[in-house]
Amino acid sequence: MERIDTEVAIIGGGIVGGSAALFLRRLGVPVVLLEAALCGAKASGVNYGGVRRQGRGIEQLPLARRAHELWGQLPALIGIDGEYVRSGHLKLATSDADLALLEAYRDNTRGFGMDLEILDRRALAQRFGWLGESVVGGSFCPQDGHANPRLVSPAFGRAAAALGADVREGVRVTSATHDGTRFIVRAGDTLEVRSRYLLNCAGAWAGRFAEGFGEPVPETSIHPLMMVTEPLPLFMNVSLGMQGGGIYARQVARGNCVIGGGRGVSADPDYARPGRANLGALMANAVKLLPVLRGAQVIRFWTGVEGNMPDHNPVLGPSATVPGLFHAFGLSGAGFQIGPAVGEILADLVVHGRSSIPIDAFRIERYAPAAHGAAARPDRLREQTLESP
Amino acid sequence: MAILKRLAETGRPALTFTFDGQTCTALAGDTVLTAVLTQAERLRTSEFGGGPRAGFCMMGACQDCWVQLETGERVRACSTYIEPGMRLQSAALAPASTPGTLAAASAPGTLTAAAWPEDDAS
Amino acid sequence: MSIVMPVIVGAGPAGIRAAQTLAAQGLRPVILDEGLRPGGQIYRQPPPGFSRPKSALYGFEHRKADAVHRTMQELQGNVEYRPGCLVWNAEGKTLDVLRDGVSTAVPYTHLILATGATDRVLPFPGWLTPGVYTLGGSQVALKHQGCAVGSRVAFLGTGPLLYLVAYQYAKAGAQVVAVLDTSRFADRVAALPGMLRAPALLAKGLYYMAWLRAHGVPLRSGARPVAVQGGDRVTGLSYTQNGRTHTLDCDAVGFGLSLRSETQLASLIGCDFEFNERDRNWIPRRDAAGRSSVAGVYVAGDGAGIAGADAAELAGERAALALLEDTGHPHDARRARILDSQLAANSRVRAALERAFPFPEDWASSIADDTVVCRCEEVTAGTIRQAARDNGVQEMNRLKALTRVGMGRCQGRMCGVAGAEVLAHAVGCAPQAVGRLRNQPPVKPIPVSVVCLERPAKKAA
Repeated sequence: MERIDTEVAIIGGGIVGGSAALFLRRLGVPVVLLEAALCGAKASGVNYGGVRRQGRGIEQLPLARRAHELWGQLPALIGIDGEYVRSGHLKLATSDADLALLEAYRDNTRGFGMDLEILDRRALAQRFGWLGESVVGGSFCPQDGHANPRLVSPAFGRAAAALGADVREGVRVTSATHDGTRFIVRAGDTLEVRSRYLLNCAGAWAGRFAEGFGEPVPETSIHPLMMVTEPLPLFMNVSLGMQGGGIYARQVARGNCVIGGGRGVSADPDYARPGRANLGALMANAVKLLPVLRGAQVIRFWTGVEGNMPDHNPVLGPSATVPGLFHAFGLSGAGFQIGPAVGEILADLVVHGRSSIPIDAFRIERYAPAAHGAAARPDRLREQTLESP
Repeated sequence: MAILKRLAETGRPALTFTFDGQTCTALAGDTVLTAVLTQAERLRTSEFGGGPRAGFCMMGACQDCWVQLETGERVRACSTYIEPGMRLQSAALAPASTPGTLAAASAPGTLTAAAWPEDDAS
Repeated sequence: MSIVMPVIVGAGPAGIRAAQTLAAQGLRPVILDEGLRPGGQIYRQPPPGFSRPKSALYGFEHRKADAVHRTMQELQGNVEYRPGCLVWNAEGKTLDVLRDGVSTAVPYTHLILATGATDRVLPFPGWLTPGVYTLGGSQVALKHQGCAVGSRVAFLGTGPLLYLVAYQYAKAGAQVVAVLDTSRFADRVAALPGMLRAPALLAKGLYYMAWLRAHGVPLRSGARPVAVQGGDRVTGLSYTQNGRTHTLDCDAVGFGLSLRSETQLASLIGCDFEFNERDRNWIPRRDAAGRSSVAGVYVAGDGAGIAGADAAELAGERAALALLEDTGHPHDARRARILDSQLAANSRVRAALERAFPFPEDWASSIADDTVVCRCEEVTAGTIRQAARDNGVQEMNRLKALTRVGMGRCQGRMCGVAGAEVLAHAVGCAPQAVGRLRNQPPVKPIPVSVVCLERPAKKAA
């Protein structure tokens, strides 16, 4: 059995755990990161790739604003551009009621620097004439964008390793406990890591560890269904979303259109598959939204395993039961953009004992038995966080 | 110049089709690949690198021989038979939109924004 | 006995013999054929109205081809043959089948996958140039369309198909400028004792070689390609032999290194896979009869491991007998034992063929960095090696995520073997150790505008 003593142990090498490791290393803190598969290979690596602030609940916007700054420095952080582009994010409405909700969102979120512009149907026809006729308007956020999660997420773990993080891939944590002095994290009987701090960044599998420390949470797994077309001539110059959820689409520089909507099915706790039941609807919706796709071909469907919380907000912050334990999971299908800021906050919490960004809405205590009443959220806000990107 | 050379089966009825606007002749029973490559040197141009492509496996596996019809559909040239009047083009179809109008769907219908219950806890 | 709804995917020799065997016991299988006429690729039939006799199309195998075609014809009333059908997805005993822009669901209780194989290729400079085709592709052009892939054709690679296609081209009146075999004469000599188990096959091979020589076609052994010349189309091919470089004047190249199995549906269904050393590739794990690791799913023919057309007929019949046995139908156990014995004998011949025409293991390491490996995405060997070196990539799916190898329209069919060979060599491990690309639907591109004739499941309120 290999034994390692360190300052911070991190369970999970997705964009959250990887960025936490990176920011801790930039502060000179010793880190051991344990990843069951390969860094950035799970939800962090197979999601839609939306890098957007627009559409998030207001409690996430400080986090998203900080993340936006970090994304602006991506090459300096992780050494690659990850195909990140500030294409703009256009959130569409297919009814006047939905357009009114977009207008209300713009009004409620002034001051967060998103510069939202409401476009009516005529404006959409002028600027985005390739959209299908069902749209009545939209909200345009000029500086939101998208990136390639397959490149970006693994790069965080790699950047952390380059700065001296001890990154162990193919290592599945089988137990995490605290012996009164320090955390003991074991991977079978091959590896034991003993640390002063523990970061639970285990994504869809994090609930298990939270429960092990006496703070169970109602985390579930969701499987956003994705598809990608063959390369097509470039026509889509923004990332698209829909008020109310249901479909989102972007076109990469090489021409493939990446489109998501609906759900896949769980194959086992570790994997999901694009269930056949929803493939037809996704394709039909894609063609209605983007009629130019009617001559194009799908070359692949896929899905992933993402941790989801009932209010679609992450669990982020100190443990309620064990000092030195910090949780960061349950990003509910919207973790790609905020991931780097979450990692930075975790480093902040470890080193400075506090977060400079408000995270009270994400405290794990909201799932403590006495807090059940406080977990209810107004419908309007929850609907806005339902969509994935 | 042409890639393919006819060695046999030349006694078949002729038909005409167009490729990049040019009228061409093929024989009934030709695949689209045969029809094009018995008179041209490429089926399409690679999206990456811009090189010419003329198919590869001839049996529907390599997916190299997809050709654009002017109507918008795409056909796999090695496994699709040429039809009289078929209008092929070597370039992938760019979206044609009239400025100031939204794109018409081929079949009317409303976009189902919330086509599925997004999660169980709604 | 509960209702048995057997479905067969593929109407090549394996699928047809499986259908025949099931129909003989009163079962009525659905046969889903991506092709438009039965026969698969090896016995692919030209469109109606073509005039050449089968002896011209299939050479020495024409009686077998004809028998397979006739069998299918005679089965028409007793099976449900559906041509032009692409099975693009499989899940939970349901197949999604695309025909003419419409996708329908085909349920099954028992499934025989007879999905066949395609050429196995390794890249070399210029292999994307128009005029370069696979050996199988070159043969299909001639068989199915009466066309040669060029006027002056060079053939390159190894395996019995190399000499067969060259012979067929020359006999059909094409100019065959050379046959370049990567195997050495010594390989074939060493395999001779094993090849004597299959005297007919050996005789045919020797005949093709002798005929080609007698007709002035140069046969070279121990060859390796250097590069295709020509930009818009092939104008020549340079190769090495015995340390010396030669250049051929040609306008087409047909090449291939044996075959690779089509296994995507078996993968989607959840069959276990194992690395087969002889095929140097991943194939579904199966018992001798063709039962996969999934109950009720059988695999037969080249789609379950490369064994040739004769073995495919035997394997199709054998898998159907297993299906009959497993469903409590009368089945000829004695015939099953005979088939088992014949298939085992065929396997020994296959081993000899692999000895005679070995996979050129040195090829991958010799591919120049700027040679494209993934033709769909134009990813070079250098990019693969860099991913291994700089990003610690040791596994195919990670390679795909970081470099796009296998991410294009063909989803790794053409580049999967080469990508694994280059990666394994860069990592310093066996090809098996880098794993295999994960499969997802659709197994081939389908139109986004496909009409799916089944509503998505609505969740209960």
